[in-house]
Amino acid sequence: MNALVLSTSRCVRAGSLLRPRTARLLCSPGAQRSPADLVKKDRVVVFMKGTPAQPMCGFSNAVVQILRMHGVDEYAAYNVLEDQDIRQGVKDFTNWPTIPQVFFNGEFVGGCDILLQMHQNGDLVEELQKLGIRSALLDAEKESK
Amino acid sequence: AASSPLRVRLAHIGLQMEPDRPVEAAVRTKLTQALQPVHLEVLNESHMHAVPKGSESHFRVRVVSQQFEGVSLLQRHRLVNEALKDELSTCIHALAIEAKTPQQWDSNPTVGKSPPCLGGSKHDNTMADKLKAGRD
Repeated sequence: MNALVLSTSRCVRAGSLLRPRTARLLCSPGAQRSPADLVKKDRVVVFMKGTPAQPMCGFSNAVVQILRMHGVDEYAAYNVLEDQDIRQGVKDFTNWPTIPQVFFNGEFVGGCDILLQMHQNGDLVEELQKLGIRSALLDAEKESK
Repeated sequence: AASSPLRVRLAHIGLQMEPDRPVEAAVRTKLTQALQPVHLEVLNESHMHAVPKGSESHFRVRVVSQQFEGVSLLQRHRLVNEALKDELSTCIHALAIEAKTPQQWDSNPTVGKSPPCLGGSKHDNTMADKLKAGRD
């Protein structure tokens, strides 16, 4: 995503017909939208510091990189550094003290450590499959055989 | 001088264990009490992040406990978070958690490593309060 999108104050959401092959960036969602609503809008939702194009935290970046490795490019990413209400709101919602926070189908998965372990032990491929997302690693595996 | 109960508790623990690292001492004590770990490492990783020298804001904990048996990863982390909820709501900004059962630890004692800092704390206007809470 380019800097122009990042600097606009109105969010631009790609319509479902367009679906660009980049992470869908939603800037400051506004006080009206609660984490409870936001996590239901997309199959994969990440609350992070910075953006997928420019993470501002090593742990948030790790989440972005792991998803990228699995070919997950379409997900909603909320930058908590831009919105203190969302930052505290998501922590209250999950009763979880830190960012990043990852949700699959509206369900809280965990933070960076958990996503990393799921990636390492193969669970992530399976969880993505349940979401109807085929991990890119499966194709990479196939090619190497 | 005004001092919060947390500050006094932390200072008390700190005096007994590590006078200049009260948060680390408190983390160690609380995790030991809550989870009776067979193996525990508390690593202050603040030096890897965009915070002043001597900060106690970013930690990695490695906890090996029988209490994690039959418990999901998420729930294991919640147990750790619960034990450290005072610190997490005041001075600890980041907490990396490795939570294994003794069996998992014995069969695979690999340790995780935190990813490189991307400087987020520099842009975070809540950090000043957290660092102050850790120092006071």
